[in-house]
Amino acid sequence: MTAATLDRPATSARLLSALQVVHWRNLPLMAGLCIAAILMLMPFLWMVGASLRPAGEAYRLPPSIIPREWTLAAYREALGSGIPFVQMYWNSLVVAALSTLGVLITASMAAFAFARLEFRGSTPLFLTMLGGLMVPPALTLIPLYFGFARLGLLDSLSALILPAMASSFGVYMMRQFMLSQPRELEEAALMDGASYWTIFWRISLPQLGPALAALGIITFTTSWNNYISPFVLIKSWDKMTLPAGIVALQGLMGAASVSVVMAAATMAILPLLLVFLVAQRFIIEGMTMSGLKQ
Amino acid sequence: MAGVELRGIRKSYGHLQVVHGVDLDITDGEFIVLVGPSGCGKSTLLRMIAGLESISGGEIRIGPRTVNDVLPGDRDIAMVFQNYALYPQMTVAQNMGFSLKMRRVPHADILRQVREAAAILGLQDLLDRYPRQLSGGQRQRVAMGRAIVRNPSVFLFDEPLSNLDAKLRVQTRVEIKALHQRLRTTTVYVAPDEVAATTMAAGIVVMHDGRIEQVGTPLELYDRPANRFVAGFLGSPAMNFFDGGLGGADGSRFVLGNHAIPLPAGAERAAPRSVVLGVRPEHIVVDAQGVPAEVVVVEPTGSETQITARLGGQTFTAAMHKRLTAPPGSTLGFRIDPANIHLFDGETGARIP
Repeated sequence: MTAATLDRPATSARLLSALQVVHWRNLPLMAGLCIAAILMLMPFLWMVGASLRPAGEAYRLPPSIIPREWTLAAYREALGSGIPFVQMYWNSLVVAALSTLGVLITASMAAFAFARLEFRGSTPLFLTMLGGLMVPPALTLIPLYFGFARLGLLDSLSALILPAMASSFGVYMMRQFMLSQPRELEEAALMDGASYWTIFWRISLPQLGPALAALGIITFTTSWNNYISPFVLIKSWDKMTLPAGIVALQGLMGAASVSVVMAAATMAILPLLLVFLVAQRFIIEGMTMSGLKQ
Repeated sequence: MAGVELRGIRKSYGHLQVVHGVDLDITDGEFIVLVGPSGCGKSTLLRMIAGLESISGGEIRIGPRTVNDVLPGDRDIAMVFQNYALYPQMTVAQNMGFSLKMRRVPHADILRQVREAAAILGLQDLLDRYPRQLSGGQRQRVAMGRAIVRNPSVFLFDEPLSNLDAKLRVQTRVEIKALHQRLRTTTVYVAPDEVAATTMAAGIVVMHDGRIEQVGTPLELYDRPANRFVAGFLGSPAMNFFDGGLGGADGSRFVLGNHAIPLPAGAERAAPRSVVLGVRPEHIVVDAQGVPAEVVVVEPTGSETQITARLGGQTFTAAMHKRLTAPPGSTLGFRIDPANIHLFDGETGARIP
């Protein structure tokens, strides 16, 4: 017997057990979730479909997901439009990576302080920080604009990175996770003579792996998708990030060339899709363990 | 090495006081066990000695110095936690050497000291493993190894056997005792039940509701409990208590319903209104001439037989080293040896001398 035929019973057994998980009384729930999933997927599939059809076919009625005629013309046109997509890709990547790194560092350190250290004013400080979660980001944009104008940082990637390097959501999420971890390890380290910094760095942080991964992905995604900040704070094309670039492309091309815009959007979304595929386990873990969703 | 002195130690959480002015002297090299029901404050007291819990009042001295404001790492003590608290991302050797590394001991010395400690505990073959690759008993030994490797003045054990199965618990108890006999380091050990206390310790501290009820050797506490709580807490099966009064002209008899039990000579006392008579199960013997009582249940354990019986509406247990059967509901005669009677004040529970 070959390996391939040996594999087959195992595969079918796995399939069978997966099917058995679907109990009949869950059927209405499953049906509802399927409908919701289709509704969610629809615009996404339409975007990919639209990017692969000839210009002008996108708005044909009745609408269809699968193009009648396949072409990569829209991609060629988007890349050749004069908008520096490669540079924007790079900008988006730099901004997202540095913001994420910043959030991971600041959130885990602040969370350690809030979860483990006793200091005067800890609770009011934490509540104030939580209050920050209730301020809509758009509200901070104008003050940020004036602040960066004074600092001379307008129209630079720093204007996008610096404000994104701290996140009250991140602190809250990491704190909740830290509180759910047993304290004994840190106490043992304290008895062993470790400083608070050593305890944080050598004992607490290695245990935060799943939470850090989840927060990292959430932050990266948020930064990657951020449209409004670059639109307000960045003027030059070569400093623009992808979402703002796509909007600029739309303005440049006009409504007629929807497939070109969709091609650009599809290209923009690829790295995120990749991140999600690789790390979806962490995202779910991170969401469930912190007991919240963004 | 050093002794530990506690003077008027108090602990409050807001308005709730959980430890009420504890005084305790632990001499250098002594092995003492803190016992008491859960919530009695024994773990809190241990954690205050460790410095993991701040104290609300009083003074803690380790050796010659007051350590009230000294950080846990600078108190020269080591602690074994209930769940071992081994660092999961470090090997056994790294776990054991961590405290030395924090003290900037040269690498070669760390290696030597870890090897020595590992040899004492039989951990030589496990040094490269991670905690997750160890059994419960091995983890427990690594936790002890981490404590002994830096040769502290005081060991603290916080219920270190709770996560082990019964057989391993007995074995580890022996190992801890042997370790103490070898190292002679002052040891404070918190135990959830009295078995560990009576078998391991030179001294037992019985705690209840944040107070020390009695301090003494296991046999002192067993033979002359200071109050009804200690009497009931130490010993299994537990001491029997009978509520009654003192009778006779000179208060030389304990009166229980229609029965009068003579008290040992010289035991008459300025009688409180009500007294409680305590007697350990092994001091009640079956005797046809004794006080008749109704048998509730007979439990043969192999080495001894325990009989639960009812007398004047109060049940009691007798334990004897002979085999005996009696159907429930039958009547047996029981006799109490007056020499082994304990009397307690019915209201305060204090021992009547």
